[in-house]
Amino acid sequence: MTDFTLWDIVRNLLLAGRWTVVLSLIAFAGGAAVGLVLTLLRMGGFKPIRWLIRLYVDVFQGTPLLMQLFLAYFGAAALGFDVSAWTAASLALTLFTSAFLCDIWRGCIEAVPSGQWQASRVLGLNYLQSMRHVILPQALRLAVPPTVGFSVQVIKGTALASVIGFVELTKAGTMLNNAAFAPFTIFALVALGYFILCYPLSRYARYLEKRLYGAGIR
Amino acid sequence: MALVSVKDLHKSFGDLEVLKGIDLEIESGEVVAVIGRSGSGKSTFLRCLNQLEQHDWGTIHLADQRLDGTAMSPGELSQNVGIVFQSFNLFPHKTVVENVMLAPLVVKQTPRAEARKIAEEVLDKVGMLEKIDAYPAQLSGGQQQRVAIARALAMDPKVLLCDEVTSALDPELVGEVLLVLESLAKEGMTLILVTHEMKFARDVSHRVVFMHQGRIHESGDPQTLFTQPKTPELAQFIASVL
Repeated sequence: MTDFTLWDIVRNLLLAGRWTVVLSLIAFAGGAAVGLVLTLLRMGGFKPIRWLIRLYVDVFQGTPLLMQLFLAYFGAAALGFDVSAWTAASLALTLFTSAFLCDIWRGCIEAVPSGQWQASRVLGLNYLQSMRHVILPQALRLAVPPTVGFSVQVIKGTALASVIGFVELTKAGTMLNNAAFAPFTIFALVALGYFILCYPLSRYARYLEKRLYGAGIR
Repeated sequence: MALVSVKDLHKSFGDLEVLKGIDLEIESGEVVAVIGRSGSGKSTFLRCLNQLEQHDWGTIHLADQRLDGTAMSPGELSQNVGIVFQSFNLFPHKTVVENVMLAPLVVKQTPRAEARKIAEEVLDKVGMLEKIDAYPAQLSGGQQQRVAIARALAMDPKVLLCDEVTSALDPELVGEVLLVLESLAKEGMTLILVTHEMKFARDVSHRVVFMHQGRIHESGDPQTLFTQPKTPELAQFIASVL
């Protein structure tokens, strides 16, 4: 049996950590794109679409991410689709992220005082013009801190992709431990890895929140 | 021919009938103060005039043109009727001049240089030219309200509605806003003001309209109306506010 040096462990975790970062980026970019479209559709007037999007958000918020990953991976296989762990994890995390961002952003748009809609309406701006020139710029400023804050949840969410065989930080830790039998060291390092990724984002979100508050924007 | 002509205007919110048939004609250049207790329907009436509220019955004409229903798009409406709110509602992410330029640029498609010129003119009119690049948060309430007036004027409306424009201001800031309105009145701007400033209504307006329970209860020139009210309701109202 081979002996693992600490460096071996760290090196392997770092290599696997790349995929945690890549999967997080895919989930976040995909989730933001889908979430933006959903948010705008939801703000529009058409009732059935609003209702459907609310159902979508409720389903993804009301079920564990783990089940969503299982469904994307095993469910797709049961339906005859051959999906890789990569595809399943990217898809499930993208949908999960989009549902939460859609809800966060809806809240930010609704947080813009109704007087702003009125003022832009009486100046003759139509719905899209009001959105573009008056509402969205203000909602965007409100949205940045919670959005950055939520990205932390996405990074931690990628850990669950390990259960469908996606080799990222957590899965690599499990595999290393099977060979090296040093659970405390290995999982402490895994946790440290997540912390190094998440902590700066949390700090940044807090900073943005303070700056927003300081700017006196309601 | 009256500039604004309102006929038999009705408006209900659910079971509550707020306007029970308003008839009013306003000439070009006239300054009309609408007074009355809260709940008398005066703000709702004003908001119907620029269709922020849709009335249930009756018609509104502006210089022979039907204004209500779907007769005018919001874009056309904004070039006919401007409104200033109690709570200013300036756009906080835009500077003073950007606030004023937005509607001419977006709605009227005015070229940028010309829109800037218009903005400078109207800001000069309200005495806010030197704050042109400030953000609303950097201004006092009175200054913000003056910018809001300029923003409405930039669309060159035929009528300017003022919905309790001094009610949210600290007492020492009321004067500067009233001065601006007074100078607009002198220039011949048609103004319809819902106001609690009785002294202003008496000194500046040409006609005072007293609303009571969703109807125009009494109206007339300010001197007569304030000194010799015909109805006990108006007498009581005057006694309670003066």
